[in-house]
Amino acid sequence: MTAIATPESSAPAAGITATAYWQLRDTWTVTKRNLRHFVRQPRLLVFSTIQPVMFVILFTFVFGGIATVALPEGLRYVDFLLPGIFVHSAAFRSTQTAVGLAEDLERGVVDRFRSLPMARSAVLAGRTFADLVRSLAVIGLMILVGYLIGFRFTEGFIAAIGAVLVVGVLGYLMSWCFCYLALLVPGAEAAQTAGFVLVFPLVFASSIFVPLETMPGWMSAFAAHSPLTHAADAARALSIGGDALTPALWMLAWTVVVLGAVIPLAVRRYKSLA
Amino acid sequence: MTDVIRARGLVKRYGDVTALDGLDLTVPEGSVLGLLGPNGAGKTTAVRILTTLLEPDAGSVEVAGVDVLADPQLGRERIGLSGQYAAVDEHLTGYENLEMIGRLYHLGLKPSRARARQLLERFDLAEAGDRPVKTYSGGMRRRLDLAGALVAEPPVLFLDEPTTGLDPRSRTTMWEVIRELLRHGTTLLLTTQYMEEADQLADDIVVIDHGRAIAHGTADELKAQVGGERLELVVAGPADLLTAQGVLAGVAVGDVLVDEDTNAVAVPVAGGARDLMSALRNLDAAGVEVLDVGLRRPTLDDVFLTLTGHVAEPDEGVDGEAGPGRTLGRVATGGEAEA
Repeated sequence: MTAIATPESSAPAAGITATAYWQLRDTWTVTKRNLRHFVRQPRLLVFSTIQPVMFVILFTFVFGGIATVALPEGLRYVDFLLPGIFVHSAAFRSTQTAVGLAEDLERGVVDRFRSLPMARSAVLAGRTFADLVRSLAVIGLMILVGYLIGFRFTEGFIAAIGAVLVVGVLGYLMSWCFCYLALLVPGAEAAQTAGFVLVFPLVFASSIFVPLETMPGWMSAFAAHSPLTHAADAARALSIGGDALTPALWMLAWTVVVLGAVIPLAVRRYKSLA
Repeated sequence: MTDVIRARGLVKRYGDVTALDGLDLTVPEGSVLGLLGPNGAGKTTAVRILTTLLEPDAGSVEVAGVDVLADPQLGRERIGLSGQYAAVDEHLTGYENLEMIGRLYHLGLKPSRARARQLLERFDLAEAGDRPVKTYSGGMRRRLDLAGALVAEPPVLFLDEPTTGLDPRSRTTMWEVIRELLRHGTTLLLTTQYMEEADQLADDIVVIDHGRAIAHGTADELKAQVGGERLELVVAGPADLLTAQGVLAGVAVGDVLVDEDTNAVAVPVAGGARDLMSALRNLDAAGVEVLDVGLRRPTLDDVFLTLTGHVAEPDEGVDGEAGPGRTLGRVATGGEAEA
């Protein structure tokens, strides 16, 4: 009979520290795997690079003319739009979390993971974290393109980093929601459809593309409480000036509430998958 | 000899459908149990429960000394699973797949890497090891998937239909690979739809249908119940049929079965091709015109027909009268309705 392989010696002995250690290690292992996917699948590369770049350029030049009318005097649409487009792009990309997880479920990859003595949270945490890394990389690319067409951060380097982080956090919490959705609704196509049906109204009923004042009352009332609006407002304020604190605090509240609820739900669902 | 796998009274229901209906399984250390049954019989459900992927509604499971229902995580350290659909990662290379699994078994970086290379070598994948898996053939994927199950050198292996969908050549290669494994004393539970596969690999076979064990024995014992090889032929007309019946009685080791509607005769034989040749010579001498002839080994269908009195039916068949069709069900879901 063959010997049972012994765990690596660098691991802490036991208890909560060991659990946390392995959660992080396993999450990182899964993250690396998902990032490799991202680089090796042309479909994903296109979805997350060319598409956002196209949106930056098209929205700026197509709506720039009329949108300026609704903006405060002296504010250029490209400066208003770009932080919003970051949010738009992060929101749509979070649907890919559901698609990727649904594919793993369909292909039996999740079965393999579930048969291994790895941390129960790692498959989900690794996927959402890889998607966050991806999201941040794409925002970087969009900033580059934005600079080519006239966008400028005016609040300094630290604030600019803050703007990117706010958007990253929004994408991250949406990723977890779609993670949970993929565990509830079987099938990659269902995940894709459900994702778009949910994300489209959220993205457009927000301050991403236009100021809320231009919307009818009921819609702007909805939009004013949307985490996407808070993220866009915070990112915008950190990029080109304004009150960043209020929307940032709202974002923090949303993050705590959503992650606090969805992560345990998703992990529990993952454990009891049939 | 201790029992490495011991499952008692496994029950799993999905709504009105009973996938497992009080299944008991016992696999002694170092032996191979073949779980044989058609699609929907409950094979995969049983494996999923034994490998901690699914919780049963009732029953107990002990694998390698671990109560896996109470401590699934410890159970996972001692098992290797290779599933029905090769669960390898298409976009990673073969090497990356194995290295990742090693890391997730917590083997450590260096041992994981060494183990990955070693397994690629052993499964004849060394050359393809640094190519993405999506360039692999079906047989290569299965071998990689099996290698994945062996990364931590688990004492207990579960292979869920390891050769379903493979061409005959890849299937033979896979059998050789599995036999090689068994020489190292691994305990194996294997599910299959193929009598021949169970015959080739298993020490012991449990036939299941509707989530229950309906027979248990060695391959020879089961085949004896079914009646071994059969010589089947079709002749030109009713007159020939009568003559043929007489001639074949000479080689038969059991009753001669006659179907007057199709002018077909079937007899159990013990001598294989030799009996076929002599039967044909005698039929020719008697002037019988033979339209079709064949030597058939017992198939899973025959085992089923004999053991249950009905043909293994696809999921849509709810009563036992599934007609004379000799095809197996194609729908592989959680289970099927009780007859």
